[in-house]
Amino acid sequence: MTAMSSVSIKTTIAAKPEFKFGKNKVSANNVNVFYGDKHALKDVTVNIPEKAVMAFIGPSGCGKSTFLRCLNRMNDTIPIAKVTGKVEIDNQDIYDKALDVVQLRARVGMVFQKPNPFPKSIYENIAYGPKIHGLAASKSDLNEIVEASLKKAGLWDEVKDRLSDSGTGLSGGQQQRLCIARAIAVSPEIILMDEPCSALDPIATARIEELIDELRENFTIVIVTHSMQQAARVSQRTAFFHLGVLVEEGTTDTIFTNPNDSRTQDYITGRFG
Amino acid sequence: MAFEVVADSLGAQAKDSSKTVANIAVRRRRETIFKICGLLATSFGLITLALLLIDLAAAGFPRLSWDFFTNFPSRRASQAGILSAWVGSLLVILTTASIGVPLGVGAGIYLEEYGRRNWLTSIIEINITNLAGVPSIVFGLLALGLFVYGLGTGRSIFTAGLTLALLILPIIVVATREAIRAVPAALREAAYGIGCTKWQVTRDHVLPASLPGILTGVIIGISRALGETAPLITIGALTFIAFLPDSPISSEFPFVSFSWLFDGFTVLPIQAFNWISRPGSDFHANAAAAGIVLLAITLGLNAIAIYARYKLRKKLQW
Amino acid sequence: MVSRISPAQMRSRRIRERMIETLLFLCAASSVLVTIGIVAVLLVESWGFFTHVPVATFLTDTMWTPLFDNPRYGILPLLSGTFLSTMVALCVAGPLGLTAAIYLSEFASPRIRETVKPVLELLSGVPTVVFGFFALLFVTPLLQATILPNLPGFNILSAGIVMGVMIIPYIASLSEDALRAVPQALRDGSLAMGATKFETAIKVVLPAAISGVAAAFVLGISRAVGETMVVAIAAGQQPNLTLDPTQPAATITAYIVQVALGDLPHGSIAYQTIFAAGLTLLLITLVFNIFGFWLRVRFREEY
Repeated sequence: MTAMSSVSIKTTIAAKPEFKFGKNKVSANNVNVFYGDKHALKDVTVNIPEKAVMAFIGPSGCGKSTFLRCLNRMNDTIPIAKVTGKVEIDNQDIYDKALDVVQLRARVGMVFQKPNPFPKSIYENIAYGPKIHGLAASKSDLNEIVEASLKKAGLWDEVKDRLSDSGTGLSGGQQQRLCIARAIAVSPEIILMDEPCSALDPIATARIEELIDELRENFTIVIVTHSMQQAARVSQRTAFFHLGVLVEEGTTDTIFTNPNDSRTQDYITGRFG
Repeated sequence: MAFEVVADSLGAQAKDSSKTVANIAVRRRRETIFKICGLLATSFGLITLALLLIDLAAAGFPRLSWDFFTNFPSRRASQAGILSAWVGSLLVILTTASIGVPLGVGAGIYLEEYGRRNWLTSIIEINITNLAGVPSIVFGLLALGLFVYGLGTGRSIFTAGLTLALLILPIIVVATREAIRAVPAALREAAYGIGCTKWQVTRDHVLPASLPGILTGVIIGISRALGETAPLITIGALTFIAFLPDSPISSEFPFVSFSWLFDGFTVLPIQAFNWISRPGSDFHANAAAAGIVLLAITLGLNAIAIYARYKLRKKLQW
Repeated sequence: MVSRISPAQMRSRRIRERMIETLLFLCAASSVLVTIGIVAVLLVESWGFFTHVPVATFLTDTMWTPLFDNPRYGILPLLSGTFLSTMVALCVAGPLGLTAAIYLSEFASPRIRETVKPVLELLSGVPTVVFGFFALLFVTPLLQATILPNLPGFNILSAGIVMGVMIIPYIASLSEDALRAVPQALRDGSLAMGATKFETAIKVVLPAAISGVAAAFVLGISRAVGETMVVAIAAGQQPNLTLDPTQPAATITAYIVQVALGDLPHGSIAYQTIFAAGLTLLLITLVFNIFGFWLRVRFREEY
């Protein structure tokens, strides 16, 4: 695993087969975000393809997490935040008054920077979402969902004998996979990941990255990361943010091997950030 | 590191979007109902306070006149007043403040600035927390057993003032500590830097900076002491007093006298309690009027303190 | 370099510093003396009482008539009055205080919160004697006129309800502290899954803060147990072994007030009864307080 990270970025990418993108799942048009007087995000326009991993990279404070939080309207929870512009998922405006944010978030799951399992049992952590959304008709349904979600998150074998233990007692990497399983359990279409590995050690990080690669088959994944290697390893498309502006967006290959913008070039070659 | 790939049982629970929407409508309604309940529960206290004020005003307002403040209690409700009660309250509170404030502020300073982290300090801290939870009437029993009979201070203003001072001690200590804790370490370091001793740092820099916070606590403590009834009844405060304590100012040298400290007394809440306990609505009107006076003073003091505290919290962003 | 402060000056300064520190220490230590004083007085006077009345009788006899010619010394009637009034208070303050706390911490805008909390604090500044007046002359007549026409003029119910109102601010404010201490990350996690704010509050935030909320309830109970004037005024002063809140009944505190109002000879057994009652009261509140603080410390450690 340590060997993997020492391989140069270019060879990692060269080894990947050509990726064929599906239709666009999310399209954002001229999105602006203000935190009080601060203009945090400026005129971001981008499309996110379905069943692929899209990475947002850029130096910290560049607006990548802010933009991610626009996609499931988590910015709503911050009283001073104001969002303008248009975000569509499957051609439906998610800021439309008719759309309930609860319905939106059931479709767009999220995994956070720091693992945040609920202080409940492992089982209850997973069962929480299906329960509130009424996804399970019976107890056995619920058991099935919990098992399937934990299996998908690659956690089942480690926890199947202690489902009633507290979720907060797991290791950091396990907690983060529990949070991913928790998100999967509501069967969302999109999963947003906000630097999901920044609080984890390299081994746990590698497991999460493998998991992301597997999840891509069923979900549209958007990941914010401060690690360029991670973006190169897991994503098919990459967008580079700088000072609240989307500088450049394209296939991960292009961004890392042949960027158009000099700022992107400077960032990926490590001249700032 | 291969992951076990599971057959997609999740895909099977295809989302029935119309069902989800109906489900959301129900959940949103539940949320709205709770919000209304929350608003009601939150305003319940306010509504009660308003009802209480209206009830008291309706019953007692007609009795409020100049005579009410200058008359002694009387057997005839219409002639009874609160002169001895408010004078008693004033003198008791004076005694309470003179004992309780230095003691409480001193203790607060010691615990924040001087106390080393050892078992003795922890015992004092735990003790103060515990003392704050002791029912006020138990302080009355302490005063009855120890001061009135043990030390022979009698059923006097001094005993009452001392008892209430001990009662509000935790309030003042906690307020002092909080206020001192809010003073930034940089201020202390600056003062130490120019060679101040610990007491000089405390007296000249820490205390002035924390004074508003301490005062707020003192006001709340005083207001609490003003409204306290039970401990004073326990030490045997008289309920019918038709005389005033000795005057604190005398015509002879040294022009001040402290003999009032050992006089019998009554206070506003006890006078009000006395009138409530009598059958007949005449005296109830008096009780209500005394209640209005008491409430005006305590709520006024509390309002000042609370307002000052909120202003302080806004301003004190060190 | 020669110091401009002379050695004599230095010495006097050091002495002054020592004296001040000693003085401040005595201030702090005086609080311990208060506790020792309380325990000593209660124990000594109760000792006198328990040499006359066996502890077993005190705890099991069902009559409390120390002032009668044929005195009986069973604390149970006073305990039942205390227990009942506390339960009524808790039934009022628990649901209302907790609902208000959840509302303030999870739903109210900062502006509403900043306005409501001070006003709630005002409620706790109302002298208890005024609350007693309110219970006797407003709540009881109101209940008599509406749902309980046969309610006696003195009863536990009104006193308990008003005591409940008194401890609402206390329970609400402590519970709100506990709820607000729950990390935002947990709320975000729940909201991001599509839970409503209400579901997040009830199913995630409240369970996470449960020991802090429990502490608020326990400390609220302790307050109600020690509350004196409201029950002394509105609940009647007859010791009454009953579990019916619509009856008049004396609490431990009301009994102490009743005896103190009379003129009992110092050292008599009737005089000593109030100390035995006070000791019982102190022990009960102590247990609740310790339990409450233990719960609070526990919830603080969780994050």
